[in-house]
Amino acid sequence: MKHTKLAAAAVAMAMTLGANTASADLVFPSLDYRTGPYAPNGIPFADGYSDYFTLLNERDGGIGGVPARVLPCETGYNTEKGVECYESTKGEGALVYQPLSTGITYQLIPKATADGIPVHSMGYGRTSAANGKVFSHIFNYPGTYWDAASIIVKHIADQEGGDLKDKTIALVYHNSAYGKEPIRTLEELAKKHGYNLTLLAVDHPGQEQKSQWLQIRRERPDYVLMWGWGVMNQVAIQEAANIRYPMDHFIGVWWSASENDVLPAGDAANGYKAVAFHGVGSGFGVYDDLKKHVVDTGKAAGDGSNLGTVLYNRGMYAAMLASEAARTAQEIHGTADITPAMMRDGMEALNLTEARMAELGLANFGPEVSVDCANHGGPGLGAIQQWDAAAGTWSLITEFTGADRDVVDALIAEDSAAFAAENNITPRDCGA
Amino acid sequence: MFYRESGDFKTSYSGDQQIFPIAFDRWVVIAFCAFAFVVVPFLINDYWEKSVLVPVLVWSLAALGLNILTGYCGQVSLGTGGFMAVGAYASYKLTTSFPEMNMFIVILLSGGVTALVGIVFGLPSLRIKGFYLAVATLASQFFLVWLFNKVPWFYNYSASGQISAPERFVFGIAISGPNSPPWATYLFCLTFVVVFALIAKNLTRGRLGRSWMAIRDMDIAAEIIGVPPLKTKLSAFAVSSFYIGISGALFFMVYLGAAEPTEAFGIEKSFLVLFMIIIGGLGSIFGSFIGAAFMILMPVLFKNIMVGGLGWPTDLVAHLIFMLIGGLIMFFLIVEPHGLAQLWRVTKEKLRLWPFPH
Repeated sequence: MKHTKLAAAAVAMAMTLGANTASADLVFPSLDYRTGPYAPNGIPFADGYSDYFTLLNERDGGIGGVPARVLPCETGYNTEKGVECYESTKGEGALVYQPLSTGITYQLIPKATADGIPVHSMGYGRTSAANGKVFSHIFNYPGTYWDAASIIVKHIADQEGGDLKDKTIALVYHNSAYGKEPIRTLEELAKKHGYNLTLLAVDHPGQEQKSQWLQIRRERPDYVLMWGWGVMNQVAIQEAANIRYPMDHFIGVWWSASENDVLPAGDAANGYKAVAFHGVGSGFGVYDDLKKHVVDTGKAAGDGSNLGTVLYNRGMYAAMLASEAARTAQEIHGTADITPAMMRDGMEALNLTEARMAELGLANFGPEVSVDCANHGGPGLGAIQQWDAAAGTWSLITEFTGADRDVVDALIAEDSAAFAAENNITPRDCGA
Repeated sequence: MFYRESGDFKTSYSGDQQIFPIAFDRWVVIAFCAFAFVVVPFLINDYWEKSVLVPVLVWSLAALGLNILTGYCGQVSLGTGGFMAVGAYASYKLTTSFPEMNMFIVILLSGGVTALVGIVFGLPSLRIKGFYLAVATLASQFFLVWLFNKVPWFYNYSASGQISAPERFVFGIAISGPNSPPWATYLFCLTFVVVFALIAKNLTRGRLGRSWMAIRDMDIAAEIIGVPPLKTKLSAFAVSSFYIGISGALFFMVYLGAAEPTEAFGIEKSFLVLFMIIIGGLGSIFGSFIGAAFMILMPVLFKNIMVGGLGWPTDLVAHLIFMLIGGLIMFFLIVEPHGLAQLWRVTKEKLRLWPFPH
């Protein structure tokens, strides 16, 4: 008891210390992870997210004149720590949460909705949150897992001349809510296109995949898809190389497609593909500014070595979408000092045009994004990127294309209706 | 001076056998409970509920359960995470199948289901002991988590394999789901913890507890004097699993609200609870609480001091916490191998003699 009291007193002290730093600024908590088995992917994303806000502060004096403050909190990809992070940061006026973990997103969906704070699970989380009528505070633009699954299948169909009958597609997935997300879509698509689907689960953290790849070696599926994250990606690509699986028939989701995932396998990873919802490389105007205002002034997050990598770009993209939503919210409500409720309105009214992206130094970085009351999933476009091991670069090999909306939208409607029924939510009327 | 037995005369058997024979002890515990029940609910906010108090209560219950099995009956178990999963999934299936069922009954029944599962996995303990038993219980950990991942019936065929706690009410007040007020979830957990801690204390002082300890100290000798190993060991497994099941149900329904088996109930959880009782003190009710508080609060405390107070980078702090907690565990185990509860016991002995030690 003595110790509990001591600890409680110390926590109280620490909390008051923390509370004093709050001031009038726009708070963007970053529930990131720089430690643990998912750190190789968590670090570049966190760096990109943080650096973009630093750039806005240094170059433009913040968003609409109000400085942005990034509030990092280490989750280690662990849901309990994620909850702790959420509770400890929400009191500071957090505008939007980006948990970068499907598990934590599931956790936060009811909590954040009740607290009136928007969650942006960009290309992850619960896919059916794309239905804004049911999920008022959850956004997953610019694309969802089900879009990704459908786009990959479309790409395979293109390669096979449009016929997938009696082909075999294997899915190697992280055995968690995240990895299981695409299964239902892939099953629906299997019915439609007539391919056989093999499911191979890999348990957290994903270091051990020998038996799964042995099965792939034995059955030789025509294509292997991967829903992996963290150390699992590197191991899978290495294992695929070990059994000499043709890399251009091995396609990952956008979370299984960073430099850190392919580099350990060396030349053997050449030709590995993945779906992407934004551009690759550092050939964008924004990088000149980043270099001038952030890197050269020593304000970069982390060690500054991740600039231009896929996940750094994605973190930056997430920050850009958040800051643009904040800007939209400022315009709608005519005040620079926005609240989470205003931020939600801004996210729902977000309309990111190509012209605006060019203005931001991100010309041709990704498709135009527009969000509305009913559609929180954005355009749902994706392209296929491929790894060139000799050059050490990713490049987009297709145009941005859409998903099979008939299949995906029906599934979203079904799953969100189930969620609404479970939680007694009456879908909002979006006037459409 | 004030912490002593002299002058406190017991005139009845029940007075003589009470849990806290020293008046000062008794009053402190009663005052502490009164404070926890009456004052804390008015002060609590979301952060204290979700990050500090509810986790400590839930993990205390789990530690209490494992302490009954390992600390009192001497059967090492690494299946705690799996048993917590049984409790969580039992509560989920019960409350989704019978939405009208009272939450107290749901939680108790989840404990009951877990007790049955615990008995089944306790059967090997009749033949094997020590490290070998630990490995056998490890099998339950992996089997149960695999089961809940594999069979869609357990998660009601949801697309992602996640289970989410629906909103449930006790006396018209939400105790699960996003709209539950912090004081309600806290009081709900506190009630379970206080009631079951009291039951555990009395169990361990009674016939059953003594037979557990007899088995722990020397099973052959215990058998010779007439303690049946079958009944004793299996009852320890049943009671322990009951506690762990309740804690798993609260962990899922009240604390997390959503869970997936591999992450929420993995092998780390089994180790965490085992560390709690080793740090806190094997064979001590108070040790279960202090061990749980140590393992749950220390990281939060260090994080608040180093990130919130000193503003250090989060990754550095995350690594430092590992080192500090590890160092502290070693320090306490070297200073007092019998756990923090023993330190407290020694302090109390000293207090009784103070200010005139021999």
